Amino acid sequence: MLDALKTLILEFAIPTLVVSAIFIAILVFLLPREVRTIFKRELKSYFTSPIAYVLFVVFLGISNTLSFFFTGILEGGEADLFLPYFQYLPWYLVLIAPAVGMRLWSEEQRLGTMELLLTMPIAPWHAILGKYLAAAVVLFGMLVLSFPIVWTINYLGDPDNGVIMAGFVATFFVALCFLAVTSVVSALTRSQLVALLVSVTICMVLWLGGLPNISELLMNMKGGWLIFWPVVKLINVVGLMPHFSELAKGVLGFRDIVFFFTFIAFCLFATSVAIRLRRA
Amino acid sequence: MIEVENLHKHFGAKVAVDGVSFTVKKGEVLGFLGPNGAGKSTTMRMVTGFLPATEGRISIGGADIEENEIAAKAKIGYLPEAAPLYSDMTVEDFLKFSAELRGVPAAELDAAVDKAIKTTFLEPVRHQSVDTLSKGYRHRTCFAQSIIHDPEVLILDEPTDGLDPNQKHEVRQLIKRMGETKAIIFSTHILEEVEASCTRAIIIDRGRVIADGTPDELKAKSRNAGSTILTVSGLAGSGIQAELEKLSEASSVEVLESGDDNLKARILPAKGKAGELSSAIYRLCKEKDLNVSELRIDEGRLDELFREITKTDSEA
Repeated sequence: MLDALKTLILEFAIPTLVVSAIFIAILVFLLPREVRTIFKRELKSYFTSPIAYVLFVVFLGISNTLSFFFTGILEGGEADLFLPYFQYLPWYLVLIAPAVGMRLWSEEQRLGTMELLLTMPIAPWHAILGKYLAAAVVLFGMLVLSFPIVWTINYLGDPDNGVIMAGFVATFFVALCFLAVTSVVSALTRSQLVALLVSVTICMVLWLGGLPNISELLMNMKGGWLIFWPVVKLINVVGLMPHFSELAKGVLGFRDIVFFFTFIAFCLFATSVAIRLRRA
Repeated sequence: MIEVENLHKHFGAKVAVDGVSFTVKKGEVLGFLGPNGAGKSTTMRMVTGFLPATEGRISIGGADIEENEIAAKAKIGYLPEAAPLYSDMTVEDFLKFSAELRGVPAAELDAAVDKAIKTTFLEPVRHQSVDTLSKGYRHRTCFAQSIIHDPEVLILDEPTDGLDPNQKHEVRQLIKRMGETKAIIFSTHILEEVEASCTRAIIIDRGRVIADGTPDELKAKSRNAGSTILTVSGLAGSGIQAELEKLSEASSVEVLESGDDNLKARILPAKGKAGELSSAIYRLCKEKDLNVSELRIDEGRLDELFREITKTDSEA
C-alpha cells in the first residue's frame, strides 16, 4: 500500500507538478496579460457553474467503472494499463472533450458577450488561446483525477509506469485535438447542443478514421465511392489513432508531437476565421 | 475624435448602411436618431470595430479601426444595445475583468472599479451575481464597464433603455457631464433625451443620414417651427379666423378649436415674416378688443421633424 503510494508520488505526482509548474510559468511569463485575464475568467466560470463538476463525475465514473468491469483489467493478470484502460479512454473523450469545449464560443454568442469581447482592445488570438487553455486545464484535471486506477494497478502488481505515463500523455494530446475541433465548431453556432453534437461527430470520424481496419476499408474503396476519395484521404491523413498509438507505446516520436501541435494550431487558426466569418 | 467617412455595410443583398459620414469632436455629444432598423446599431458596431465595414473609413483619435485595430479600440468605451454580461460573474468581478482587458494598469484596478461602481450607482449590488440582477442594474453594470478605463470616446447604444424615469434622468445627466471631456455617440428612440443631453443630433433612415444639426437647428426645420399659437375669446371663432387670414404676415391659419365665442389656432408665417407675425397678431387682438389667453411662438419639435422626414418609410 505504502509502496504503491510512494511510486504514485515519485512517478506521477512529481511529473504532474512539474508539467503544471511549466504551464503556469508559460502563462505568467510568456503569454500576454490579456490571455491570462481571459484564461482566469474562463477557468473560474467552469467551476462556478455545475458543468465542470458534472463532467468530472461522468468522466471518472465512466472511465474507471467501465475499465474495471468490462475490459478485464483484473482478470488479465498483466499489470499493463495500456490495453484495457488507454485503449478505451479516447472513446470516452470523443464525448467528454466536446462537452468541455462546447460552451467556449457558443455561450459568448448566446449571451451577446461576443460583442463586448471583440470590441475590447485585444487581438482575437488572445481570447481564442485563453479560452482554449482554460478548457485544456479542465481536461488535464480530469486525467489527473483518474489516479486511483494507477494506484490500484501499482498496488496489485508491478507495472511499467513509464508506459502508463506515456498512455496519459498520448490520451491528453488526443483530448487536446478533440477540444481544438470543438473550439472551431462552437465558434460557428450559438447553440451549445449543436456545438456538442457536431463536434462529437467530427471527433468520432477523426478517431474512427484512424482505426487500422477502417482506414484499410476506406483505402480499398472502389467505383462510385471514388468521389469521396479526397475526403477519405483527408480522414486518413488527419486520423488521430496512429499518432496516439505511437505515443502511447512510449515512443516519444517527434513526428507525432509535431502532428498534434500542428493539428491544434490549425484548429485554433480556423476558430479565428470562423469568428471573423460570423461577424461579416 | 471620431471620424466616419462614407460608411457602407451590406448583409448579402441587403444594404444596412448606405454612405454615412460624420465627425464627433471632443466635448461633443452626438445623438443618433432613427426608426427601428434604420442602421443605427450597425453603424455603431462598425465604429467600435465589431463588424467590418463593407466600404468606408473609420478613425478613432487618429487610429484607423481596421489598420490599427487595438490602438483604436483602446480609446473606446462601448455599451452594446442588449447590454450583454457574463451571467456567472459578480458585478465586481465582471468590472475587474473588463478593466484588465481594457488595459487599466494592475495598480489602478481597484480604484477604477470603485469609481465606475460609484458613478453608475451599483454599490448595493457590488457582490451580487449578474444573473440575479434586475434589468436596470444589468444595464448599468454594462454601462460601468464602458467607462471603466475613462475612455476618450464613448459609444452607447440606447443607454437609457429599460431604466425607470429617475435612472433615465441620472444617466442623461451623466452623459451630459462626461460629454464635456469626451466624444460621445449615443442612440435613442426618446427624442426628449436628445434635447436633454446632446450638443448635436443626426437622424438616420434606411442607412442614410437625412438630417444633421444641433437640436435647435433640427427643431427649426420642422414644418411648424416659427408658427404662432393663439387662443382668444370675445368673438365667434370663424370671425376671428377671417381677420387673421387677412394679415399680410400670415400665410395660413389652422383652426385647432373653434366655438361661438372663442378660437384656438396655429398661424403659419408668410415667407420672411416669421419675426413679425406674433406682434401683428397681438395688435390685431388689441384692436378688436379680444381676450388673449395664449399667444406663443412654436419653436418646432424634434418628434414632428422626425415623423415628417421618416414618414415615407412606414407608409411605403
